[in-house]
Amino acid sequence: MLKHTPLNAAHRELGAKMVDFGGWDMPLNYGSQIEEHHAVRNGCGLFDVSHMLALDLKGANVRPFLRRLVANNVDKLQASGKALYSCMLNEAGGVIDDLIIYFMDENWFRLVVNAGTAEKDLAWMEKCNADWGTGLTFAPRRDLAMIAIQGPDASRVLNAALPGVDGLTASLKPFSAAAMGEMFIARTGYTGEDGFEAMVLTKSAPFFWKALIEAGGKPIGLGARDTLRLEAGMNLYGQDMDETASPLESGLAWTVDLKTERDFVGRAALEKSEVTKQLVGLLLLDKGVLRSHQTVLTKNGAGEITSGTFSPTLQQSIALARIPLGIAPGEEVEVEIRDKKLKAKVVKYPFVRNGKILIA
Amino acid sequence: MSIPADLKYTPSHEWVRVEADGTLTIGITHHAQDLLGDMVFIETPAAGRTLAKGEECAVVESVKAASDVYAPVAGEVVAANADVEASPESVNQDAYSAWLFKIKPANPADVSELLDAAAYQKVVESEAH
Repeated sequence: MLKHTPLNAAHRELGAKMVDFGGWDMPLNYGSQIEEHHAVRNGCGLFDVSHMLALDLKGANVRPFLRRLVANNVDKLQASGKALYSCMLNEAGGVIDDLIIYFMDENWFRLVVNAGTAEKDLAWMEKCNADWGTGLTFAPRRDLAMIAIQGPDASRVLNAALPGVDGLTASLKPFSAAAMGEMFIARTGYTGEDGFEAMVLTKSAPFFWKALIEAGGKPIGLGARDTLRLEAGMNLYGQDMDETASPLESGLAWTVDLKTERDFVGRAALEKSEVTKQLVGLLLLDKGVLRSHQTVLTKNGAGEITSGTFSPTLQQSIALARIPLGIAPGEEVEVEIRDKKLKAKVVKYPFVRNGKILIA
Repeated sequence: MSIPADLKYTPSHEWVRVEADGTLTIGITHHAQDLLGDMVFIETPAAGRTLAKGEECAVVESVKAASDVYAPVAGEVVAANADVEASPESVNQDAYSAWLFKIKPANPADVSELLDAAAYQKVVESEAH
């Protein structure tokens, strides 16, 4: 039995093609996936992301607990509402999950974790809490729905749907959030555009969704969510990194704080490990479509595409690939697609940010 | 669901039109393009290539996935549609006019083994579960 978000009926009414996404019955697309992609780059798209789990950690030791639990440094979070992106590692330095951590107050941090890993994450955190004697309480917030409002027109759409939040959205800085009662609005997203991720009580979600559509937001499925995040150069857990991959070989070194003395789970393993690979962007020069698991041939040995697709903004195929070190942007590599070897160029990603193509 | 009665079909979602001169025009069905979504890349076989029945001979790729197209019967490729390679989205717009390639069947009688519209309808329905 697939799990349903509070917006399941709304997706079906809109004629969405539904798919099993990690045990959740989710919209893949409502019509043309490419049109949905452009709607986010040029206007405002709406995403039901209620399958992701908001998890409230409460207790006097929540900050010391997170200092030890995750690879990024939660001491960067000092102002209430500030958000931090981080990996949670295992002892071997592999990635258990990537998550966003919101600092609310010294007794309350809110985490947002991936849908497919939520149970595993919770079990791991509860084990750490018990082992470390930190005495936290964990509240999985399945009573909250999450809707992402993304694109250059996102502020206008959100303000029209929720009269009275204008002041809030105008003052909300990127990567920060504000809570008003049970409503929680963050200026975050997974598209490379301006936008918000809003949490509301599940019973209010269908009404809020409808108001956002009436304000001009376009419903967007998981298909376009993937092409948008890939253009934006954002990793997808389970594809671009997982428990067998080091964050240092997954383009996530910027999220691993090795500058301070802080001891965190996985640090010792990372410091002992030898980094031999890097995550790079690829732009296909020949015709075709790059896909995950295709082999990449470089002068320093073989690598593998972790995520590949056709980029609707570039009108060309793009990918993230894990390849040997020593291959620089601008160099050409070959990708094995069926019985052919096609030419691709290594590029620095993101490919697209705020509607603009960033690669040459 | 659009399954024209005047065409023949395969269980792997190709449609086949038997032309007056006996050649076969081949494409993918409306159902197939609906499953795949927005088409972005199509590769057709070169004219002159000899195909065995069921041989992989063309590729259609949407944003989501790549899918092989198989030869419905044995034969020789006599034409490939350069227009669909240039505009893959034409398959989404009208799957039955956006043909991929034409073959001259090795044995014209093989056409009788293809599915008619009613039989293909059953294939589509059985996949819906």
